[in-house]
Amino acid sequence: MSVKFPLLLAALAAAAPHSARAEWAWNFPAPVTPLALDTLHVHNTFMAIALAIFVVVFAIMLYSIFTHRKSRGMEPATFTRPSTAAQVFWTTIPFLVFAFIDFILMGIPAYHSVVVMEDTRSDADMVVKVTGSQWKWQYEYPEEGIRFVSALATTPEQIADRAAKGEHYLLEVDHPLVLPVGKKVRILLTSTDVIHTWWVPQFGAKRDAIPGFIRETWARIERPGTYRGQCAELCGKGHGFMPVVVQAVAEPEYRLWVARQKGEQAAQAAGAERVWSRDELMKQGETVYGKVCAVCHQAQGQGIPGAFPALAGSKVVNGPALDRQGRLVKDGHLDRVMNGKPGTAMQAFKATLSDSEIAGVVTYERNSFGNKMGDAVQPAQVKALR
Amino acid sequence: MTTGELALHQAHAVPPRGWLRWLTTTNHKDIGTMYLVFSLAMFFVGGLMILLVRAELFRPGLQLMEPELFNQLIGVHALVMIFMALMPAATGFANWMIPLMIGAPDMALPRLNNWSFWLLPPAATLLLMPFVLALFGVGTGAVGTGWTLYAPLSVQDGMGMDFAIFAIHLLGISSVMGSINIIVTILNLRAPGMTLMKLPLFAWGWLLTAFMLVAVIPVLAGAVTMLLTDRHFGTHFFNAGGGGDPILFQHLFWFFGHPEVYIVLFPVWGFTPHILSAFARKPVYGYRAQVYAFWVIGVLSVIVWGHHIMTSGLSTAGLLYFMYSTMAISLPLSVLFFCWIATLWRGAMTFEAPMLFALGMIVLFGVGGLTGLVLADAAADAQYHHSYFVVAHFHYTLFAGGIMGIMAGAYFWLPKMTGHLYSEKLAQWHFWLTAVAFNLTFLPQFFLGLAGMPRRIPDYALQFADFNWVSSVGAFFLGAAQLLFLVNVVKCIRGGPPAGDKPWEGAQGLEWTLPSPPPRHTFQTRPVGE
Ligand code: HEC
Ligand SMILES: [Cu+2]
Repeated sequence: MSVKFPLLLAALAAAAPHSARAEWAWNFPAPVTPLALDTLHVHNTFMAIALAIFVVVFAIMLYSIFTHRKSRGMEPATFTRPSTAAQVFWTTIPFLVFAFIDFILMGIPAYHSVVVMEDTRSDADMVVKVTGSQWKWQYEYPEEGIRFVSALATTPEQIADRAAKGEHYLLEVDHPLVLPVGKKVRILLTSTDVIHTWWVPQFGAKRDAIPGFIRETWARIERPGTYRGQCAELCGKGHGFMPVVVQAVAEPEYRLWVARQKGEQAAQAAGAERVWSRDELMKQGETVYGKVCAVCHQAQGQGIPGAFPALAGSKVVNGPALDRQGRLVKDGHLDRVMNGKPGTAMQAFKATLSDSEIAGVVTYERNSFGNKMGDAVQPAQVKALR
Repeated sequence: MTTGELALHQAHAVPPRGWLRWLTTTNHKDIGTMYLVFSLAMFFVGGLMILLVRAELFRPGLQLMEPELFNQLIGVHALVMIFMALMPAATGFANWMIPLMIGAPDMALPRLNNWSFWLLPPAATLLLMPFVLALFGVGTGAVGTGWTLYAPLSVQDGMGMDFAIFAIHLLGISSVMGSINIIVTILNLRAPGMTLMKLPLFAWGWLLTAFMLVAVIPVLAGAVTMLLTDRHFGTHFFNAGGGGDPILFQHLFWFFGHPEVYIVLFPVWGFTPHILSAFARKPVYGYRAQVYAFWVIGVLSVIVWGHHIMTSGLSTAGLLYFMYSTMAISLPLSVLFFCWIATLWRGAMTFEAPMLFALGMIVLFGVGGLTGLVLADAAADAQYHHSYFVVAHFHYTLFAGGIMGIMAGAYFWLPKMTGHLYSEKLAQWHFWLTAVAFNLTFLPQFFLGLAGMPRRIPDYALQFADFNWVSSVGAFFLGAAQLLFLVNVVKCIRGGPPAGDKPWEGAQGLEWTLPSPPPRHTFQTRPVGE
């Protein structure tokens, strides 16, 4: 045993994953907002208090365990409760100590932290709306009219160990949320399907995103940098693959970014006006399908029996998308994609996809996986239905 | 006595043999044994599930399973451990020991008792069957929402959810019936002279557990029924689109879920002083204080549920209320700790396995309790919540406080129940391996949580890799260590040195006045009270 055990441990250590990024972190990551700094202080103080209580109480217990043993010839005492006034006094001590710790030593700083954490509104400089949906985040800047979706950038091959994992494995996205430093950002949260939780540890901000309700939190980022977090509420099979990445930049850089985003969105809107060719739509559709729909309906449209219907040969897909007047067919293909089906994992994609993306993916589905509808839906038609 | 009556009486006295005996028994010792065996089996089922999970988490990337199966395993692990391992173990001890401790001939409602137990195997079947069905291509597997079943994820989930809902209903009915039985037994069948304030602490702990169960299980049953109708009958309790509220489910769930912690722990805290007193050879210290502390914790337990949902957007006032009320639990809890340590103080201690497990329980549960105090702080909780910090915390309370406590009870009473002594050497190994492996498994999880690893993810970022493999290694040692317990129990049932009426020198109480194992019927004439 004595020889085998360390050997076994060494073998396990060798088999264990070693990576440059693996680190033995013992505490919260470096705080970059006043809220996170405050939380760290509160946490450190409380942990110190808890540790002190632990040490004192169990030192007493250990002392007793080592001295009051039968093997040392102890004669057991017979007392069963405090009998003298002095003993009564001593027995009330733990009670008083805990009352003091709970409601004064810990209670007062905690009170102030809670009030600060909940004050999302006063002096807020800007608002960002965050919408969770299975399994990506959508960010919206209401004042600027900017809106985009932010999804995992790690590839399925990396997750399946078929490709090398990057430095920010699982904590990388295609479009990070960009925020200016030094501004108090009021973050409004909601969801389109199930409950998600938006969490960036270095901001000390974590709040649930609840379908049908708005919740809020705030952050005033003090240092430029890239900050990473994850969805923290179990939200289905993609729960572990729904990172939050925030890029904090100086104000001028932020303004530049805003201008660029606005330009891009204008170009996209113009795209919705013109008539697209079938090939353009199919290409657009294939990209969207791979990024958004394939997690559930699978790469070849075969679905997962019992959970996600097959699109190959589906009655809905192979039925009409629009009627002759260009109106939605209820429970038809386009209706299902734009408005989803409440109470199921199929969400209303009109909230997260642009006109050309919806037109593309619907056209693609109607003409792939063995479906041969031969028609196409134009972005302008989708736009008219919003 | 007519011949008919005589035949009836004899039929009662001579139980049927084979499996019929177990199916039809109304004997509290038989039923207690069935509860304990069921619990032990389920402990290994739940343990196996989580070892699969820890194997997947051994290193980054997905190697063994798809995320769907991962989500099912973690949730079913929790449901199995809480409802089918911990609770039945406590009920098994109650069945066996409460009548012996209070001098009752049996439980007050023996037929109900039989039914309470026999609802459990169907419940387990319902919960686990979807795993098997999925193998045959039916459905998508078991419930995949985690044990908390939060709507709307649980509205979306596959048919495993419906199976879980009915399993929970059966478990709930079983618990409520078991609780009513225990309450009625304790209140009506005590030996003459045993006033409530002379009741053994184990019975007190169970009395309060039973009251809590009767109070909160119906709320859980209501919540999952609302879920069922939301899923299939077009109601919108948890759907904002129809005027409902997803957070309503969380309130209902945790109104049950928080007391559930004490439901599991009170029976353990009840017999802990018996064990401490037996091995310190000294009377229990602060009997009254402990009874009052139970009452205070029992009452507090139903008014603090909000601390489980502090990131869901409670109002500032709500956060402060739940924070302070939760912190207040530390007051009665400090009384319990004080009494436990005072029971040891100036005793003449020896350290057989029950004592070791009881002491280990106290120290490690101390870690769980103190981190609970820190978690109560609503501002810092925003960082801890939904992270591995919470996972570590509740395993220090439920594994250390719950399972290790149950182990203490098992070693304490095995000689009484079987009439044989267990192997002390094996038991000592079991304790030390469990204690070390437990900390190896769960201590790193505190740090993972602080570093920002969310719970319930099947794959993780590279910076979490080191602590995760340590935790996985610890988990496998922890699982392996429990096999020693299994071996020891089986050996002890089969044979071993005779235990005698009172195998523990310092043990106190009526149960130790009986032979080991006690005859099938005990206290048919009431014992004379002190
Ligand atoms: C989170 C999983 C998920 C994602 C992502 C998803 N779907 Fe679905 N989808 C579903 C489910 C579940 C249904 C079945 C709804 C029902 O019960 O009718 C469905 C149904 C459909 C149907 C109707 C099929 C039929 O035969 O009933 C279409 C069409 C469809 N989805 C298209 C899409 C498109 C296009 C996308 C990507 C933009 C997409 N889905 C993304 C889960 C998903
Ligand atoms: Cu999520």
